[in-house]
Amino acid sequence: MSDIKFTIDGKECTAKSGQTIVEAAKANGIYIPVLCHFDGLKPAGTCRICTVKTGGRFMAGCTTPVAEGMRIDNMTPEIEDMRKQIIEMLFVEGNHMCPVCEKSGNCELQALAYRYKMMVPRFPFLWPKREVVANAPKLYLDKNRCVQCLRCVREIITTDGKNVFAVKERGGKTTINMDEKLAAGLSDDMAMRAMDICPVGCIIRKEVGYKVPIGQRKFDSKPIGSEIEGR
Amino acid sequence: MSKPVVATTSLAGCFGCHMSLLDIDDRILQLIDLVEFHKSPVDDIKTFSKMCDIGIIEGGCCNSENVHVLQDFRKNCKILISLGECAIMGGLPAMRNGIPVKECLEEGYLDGPTVDENKKGARIIPNDEELPMILDKVYPCHEIVKVDYFIPGCPPRADLIWEALVALVTGNELKIPYEVLKFD
Repeated sequence: MSDIKFTIDGKECTAKSGQTIVEAAKANGIYIPVLCHFDGLKPAGTCRICTVKTGGRFMAGCTTPVAEGMRIDNMTPEIEDMRKQIIEMLFVEGNHMCPVCEKSGNCELQALAYRYKMMVPRFPFLWPKREVVANAPKLYLDKNRCVQCLRCVREIITTDGKNVFAVKERGGKTTINMDEKLAAGLSDDMAMRAMDICPVGCIIRKEVGYKVPIGQRKFDSKPIGSEIEGR
Repeated sequence: MSKPVVATTSLAGCFGCHMSLLDIDDRILQLIDLVEFHKSPVDDIKTFSKMCDIGIIEGGCCNSENVHVLQDFRKNCKILISLGECAIMGGLPAMRNGIPVKECLEEGYLDGPTVDENKKGARIIPNDEELPMILDKVYPCHEIVKVDYFIPGCPPRADLIWEALVALVTGNELKIPYEVLKFD
């Protein structure tokens, strides 16, 4: 099958048929920021950080397949500011206390805020009341930090096919809930996987906190996306 | 030309941001060449007696006194800077924002595990008129007065504070290396 030709910010790129804009960009060494998306998971398109502009319309890069001749705007000031606004909205609509969060330094939301140099959110803080669920043996769930990306819902499934995490309510009331019995039965690897796949500090593996010292964490010295751009 | 005048204060903070300012090491000698300190815990000047160029605020607002001090700084400083996570988003003190004030005070003064067991019945929630009133929640400084610049971190890295101050005083563009902009 012949390659698809398209451009991102004027740069000529090629892709395989069926690739999404985010995947195709990555294959061409171009970073489109993602938060809800995770390699290998079926795209959900919930966070819209990956918004790009093509054909005069804003599209989610993680769910839109790339097409022949597409001209995609990615890093324009308009789109970059829109992405920054989404990050700022996520910071004010939850309770994101970076200094006390175990995920700090490994958190993708925080890393995006660093990348976009968020000094302060432009929106007022909402201080929502959210629950902390700490009675499962291996994991605890701090919903203050949840960004409703649904990565855990899509990825953490028991060997007999049951979802450990699920969505409750809709819209602004959406919360992620954990089946405590199923969570208790998760293997150590799977429990760690649940923490690692969470882009923020909502799902935390108990007993291993602050394992990596400050300075050596994932986003301490290298911006998120630099691993793609540097290729 | 006279040196720019700097005032600093710590509201609902832990003084960690001021400690980080001192962490600029021997550059503190350059700093006193660059600026003059006015009202600040650094030199213990308690009241404003002149207009300042730069006011640096550590900590958010958790009580009425914090609000008064912050408003006083806004009145007496041409430029206000929120220094650190507490000033910018409430920080650790803001972890009480989801808990009613009454519950917080009862836990702190009546029912908490560190309250003296032998003084049951004699326990009170302090309510002297000399004491500042606790606000319903902890507010970031920019939700009380206009704040011009923000320097994040818990505490902000000394290099970031230094570079930001020098850029502001000299009028040069602030370049922020990736490693120094952190929220923790």
